[in-house]
Amino acid sequence: MNFMKTIVAAGLVAASTSALAADITGAGATFPFPIYSKWADAYKKETGNGLNYQSIGSGGGIKQIEAKTVTFGATDMPLKVEQLDKAGLIQWPMVMGAIVPVVNLEGVKPGQLLFDGDTLANIYLGKIAKWNDPAIKKLNPNVNLPADAITVVRRSDGSGTTFNFTDYLSKVSAEWKSKVGSGTAVEWPVGVGAKGNEGVSGNVGQTRNSIGYVEYAYAKQNKLTYAGMINKAGKAVLPTAETFQAAAANADWAHAPGYYVILTDQPGEKSWPVTASTFILMHKEPVDKAASSEAIKFFKWAFAKGGKMAEELDYIPMPDSVVKLIEKTWSADIKS
Amino acid sequence: MVVHNDAMQAAGPYDRVRALQGFKLGDATFYWLTRVCAISVLLILGGIIVSLIAGAWPAMKQYGIAFLWTQRWAPAADPPVLGALGPIYGTLVTSFIAMLIAIPVGLGIAIFLTELCPPSLRRPIGMAIELLAGIPSIIYGMWGFFVLGPFLAYTFQPLMIALFDGVPVLGLIFAGPPSYLSLFNAGLILAIMVLPFITAISVDVFKTVPPVLKEAAYGVGCTTWEVVRKVVIPYTRVGVIGGIMLALGRALGETMAVTFIIGNSFRITGSVFSPGTTISAAIASEFAESDGLHQSGLILLGLVLFLLTFFVLAAARLMLLRLERKAGK
Repeated sequence: MNFMKTIVAAGLVAASTSALAADITGAGATFPFPIYSKWADAYKKETGNGLNYQSIGSGGGIKQIEAKTVTFGATDMPLKVEQLDKAGLIQWPMVMGAIVPVVNLEGVKPGQLLFDGDTLANIYLGKIAKWNDPAIKKLNPNVNLPADAITVVRRSDGSGTTFNFTDYLSKVSAEWKSKVGSGTAVEWPVGVGAKGNEGVSGNVGQTRNSIGYVEYAYAKQNKLTYAGMINKAGKAVLPTAETFQAAAANADWAHAPGYYVILTDQPGEKSWPVTASTFILMHKEPVDKAASSEAIKFFKWAFAKGGKMAEELDYIPMPDSVVKLIEKTWSADIKS
Repeated sequence: MVVHNDAMQAAGPYDRVRALQGFKLGDATFYWLTRVCAISVLLILGGIIVSLIAGAWPAMKQYGIAFLWTQRWAPAADPPVLGALGPIYGTLVTSFIAMLIAIPVGLGIAIFLTELCPPSLRRPIGMAIELLAGIPSIIYGMWGFFVLGPFLAYTFQPLMIALFDGVPVLGLIFAGPPSYLSLFNAGLILAIMVLPFITAISVDVFKTVPPVLKEAAYGVGCTTWEVVRKVVIPYTRVGVIGGIMLALGRALGETMAVTFIIGNSFRITGSVFSPGTTISAAIASEFAESDGLHQSGLILLGLVLFLLTFFVLAAARLMLLRLERKAGK
């Protein structure tokens, strides 16, 4: 049944892209969908040009851009330079966001609980199974922790959020790295799987004594109890725009070929440890050059005027210095 | 009168031939129309099987028959390792739990409705059962998640875990920790979902029992239980088993409600209170973002479900045949 649905959905994507040939077409990651559609609305009002973005998931976005059915693809997991070269693609970061641990514990308020990377990894490895484990107690001496089992919630679908979260766990825990590793879908040792950021939010919101990880915007919108983290510098930080930006500022975009930068576990006293960026993919030699330059115009506009809208939705706009780099990349690499 | 008769004779043969030819054509058209409809079913079925096999071929070549008993499911590994044991186990366990609950309850409702129920209650209960069948599965999923899940996790499961703690075998089946999303919850939801199938069909076939048989049994002093056990059930066995098989078929393939509440975990722990997955839930949650061998593996899972359902139904038919032969019908 779902197979058929997927075929129908794919058909609809194909049909709508051909029907709206005048609009800029793109497909991919679900995480930036809210901000892309907000930008698209504002852009249409200003210029009259529409954007048709299908949020079908990062994997789907990569497939669609490789098949040249869309003008741009979007992914939360950056492609490596070899992959980009093989497909004749360029890639750049469009906007950044953060992933936060969320819990459902009676009497615990947002930001009250504190984790470090190792504890988080051990919870997701199943080694820490109860909330009153000494490792959690040590980090939270003033929080009243129950003696109940931890219900671990994680994603069941392939996800850019999972990629960044597991990448972080791999960086902070050697055991996680050797036993599970990182990827859009990994072999979770424990836990229940939920579909999408919405699914994890819903499960954690419903289930007592549970823990999950979601994009910050979902934690905020669903009023979930997010937790603080201890970052690479050993300082406790809370998920705020300030700590996200501090982490993002560390990224060395200038020296990363293909902008392959993963923002997890960044140095800096104020850096939020699990920060992520979402990327745009386009062909170096587009089939439809007019559509391609229209898309670039849109992205240029989004960088210039979309920063405030992004902040309103709890995303982090790219810093100006990076935008300058990206604009250089466009003029150097995309043939129009 | 005469004129009229002449006119009729003059027009008669010509009209009759034409009319008959018209009927013949109509019959032929109707024959072919219905025949095409019937054949299209075979074509669609064949097309589904062929496309499933074609889609599953890369995974079949890669994993072979070991796919069926490999537990590891690691689509992200390089190369991906895919094994169907977890989903197959989950499918069978949830369907088994569903049948374990739904058969006695469903038959009980049917017996009450046909044999014992006061007429004033019969319609409301009958209609409630039919409404149960009409509820979309996603509603069951939501209800299971928001209402049944918390109740089971905080009340029922801790009780069972405490009750069977230390008991051999049962202690392992009902092992903790309690969970919102588990095989047992999914099985229970499935039981509620398939209940109307068993009840509705059983009620229909129970009504076919000739009253004289029952009256005779009551006449020689049988209790209601004995009448049901020795007269009604034996008389309607084929129909009842048919209803159960229909229910089992639905339980094996049910997707949306199960995906909501089973927990999507490929691990087999042995406890019914732990999260698991079924074949259809695995396909539903992973297909959209899969590609290559992973997608092929999911299609192979679909093929396995197809065969599983086919064999269950075939086995039921066979069982039925043997039963009939034994009964000397």
